[in-house]
Amino acid sequence: MFITNYIKEVWGAVKSLAKGMKLTGYYFTHHKEIITQEYPDNRAELVLPERFRGEVVMKHDEHNEHACTGCTACELACPNGTIKIITKFDISPEGKKKKALDTFIYHLELCTMCNMCIEACPTDAIKMAQNFEHSVYDRRQLTKKLNRPGSKIREGVE
Amino acid sequence: MVEEIGTNEEGELVINMGPQHPATHGVLHLVVTLQGETIKKIEPHLGYIHRSIEKMCESLTYRQFSYVTSRMDYLSSHINNHACAMCVEKGLQVEVPPRAQVIRVMVDELTRIASHELWWGAMAMDLGAFTPFFHAFRERENINDIMEETCGARLTMNYIVPGGVMADIHPNFQKRVKSFIELFRSKIDEYDELVTGNIIFQNRMKGVGWISAEDVVSYGCTGPVARASGVHSDIRKLFPYEIYEKLQFNEILETGGDSFARYMVRMRELRESVHILEQLVDNIPEGEFQAKTKAVLKLPKGEFYQRVETARGELGVYIVSEGATTPYRIKFRSPGFANLSALDHIAAGGKLGDLVASMGTLDLVIPDIDR
Repeated sequence: MFITNYIKEVWGAVKSLAKGMKLTGYYFTHHKEIITQEYPDNRAELVLPERFRGEVVMKHDEHNEHACTGCTACELACPNGTIKIITKFDISPEGKKKKALDTFIYHLELCTMCNMCIEACPTDAIKMAQNFEHSVYDRRQLTKKLNRPGSKIREGVE
Repeated sequence: MVEEIGTNEEGELVINMGPQHPATHGVLHLVVTLQGETIKKIEPHLGYIHRSIEKMCESLTYRQFSYVTSRMDYLSSHINNHACAMCVEKGLQVEVPPRAQVIRVMVDELTRIASHELWWGAMAMDLGAFTPFFHAFRERENINDIMEETCGARLTMNYIVPGGVMADIHPNFQKRVKSFIELFRSKIDEYDELVTGNIIFQNRMKGVGWISAEDVVSYGCTGPVARASGVHSDIRKLFPYEIYEKLQFNEILETGGDSFARYMVRMRELRESVHILEQLVDNIPEGEFQAKTKAVLKLPKGEFYQRVETARGELGVYIVSEGATTPYRIKFRSPGFANLSALDHIAAGGKLGDLVASMGTLDLVIPDIDR
């Protein structure tokens, strides 16, 4: 009785191991499906989804105009103090003072890509870009100015 | 404090397991007292990844604070965000649109599958099998792709916000979830073939790390750890939230109470989550994905508590509001902390080699314990 049980147990154990090895053997001989990507070499064909959060950028059109009014909604929405907005006063031709954006400072090193600033923006002036390669040798390079030099607010954006 | 290494007065050996032991996922420091090879006592030393999230939340507004909770239990970040969003909604008395509720439950279940898969791979790796890790990550990558497309992130999502979800689902979402369900059904059978039936694995798990139902209750363990000892603890059944009431699914219960029972609970939960996804993927109602909320959220004076079932157990969010835009106090009841507290009870008296099996089946995520 003891011998039969013992042999049964050993047989069951060998069978269970063989079952697992069969699966391993299957994958060893059927390696058609390539799962891994060779990252630095596939940069050319690497396409990230449009919603991927890489960094915050400001949208500029062909006339070098943006839609940022300098309302600081994004600055208030940001949980980490990533965004700092410096405003100035534009004098319109009629002689009226109007608040406008001077500098949009973005600290990439503090950003957690939570998308809160983009949600908060009333004029849809900023968006998330798909660039994710942010390594630099100097931390100061991560503090960015998002509005391009010489750019101004698009006509009609309030 | 115990001495760092050496023997104590009774001639027992005191060793440090961690913080850098490869078998511990995260930085957990266990001071293990040994008599020969038998464990006498285990003392977990916490705090290596403490970021004082609860205190940080006090200075953030009700919209902002939930992004930090993605970094608590990073493997179920959607579910953490969900708990925060629901707690704030409770205070604001906002009705979430049905479309948002279904999307929330779907991403929750996808997160649960992803979390259990990572646990399965890491668990098998703890016990010396390396290939399961790759098998698990191959399927987990599909979920990550779905998340990346819809939520924009792969780990720290911040997709579920007070009032609904941040953005509508991607047009490909339903198609991809469907193909994932189809693929995953066959892969779970492969997992069972590869690991569950393996004799070495079974011998290392069965009868190891046993805990009784009474002890589970007195230590406050929840989730698969409690259900493996036969304690009803599924928040989705006991305190249904969102649309879980209307869904057909079973609470997985095992009565073994040992490491193998905890393993089986999670493996069966994978199938159950797939079953929930199947019911929802074709039935996402049309409509708004976010309720209209004010730009600045202010909770009325009072206390609010909301619990959800994460992949690890019950997560409770407790907010004390003074009527301002930021919470006065936030407390998170994390499942990992309570489950870890039972480790001394589970593993003491066993062998040192079995400690890894007991610890692996507790599914500890250290940032969730330390916060």
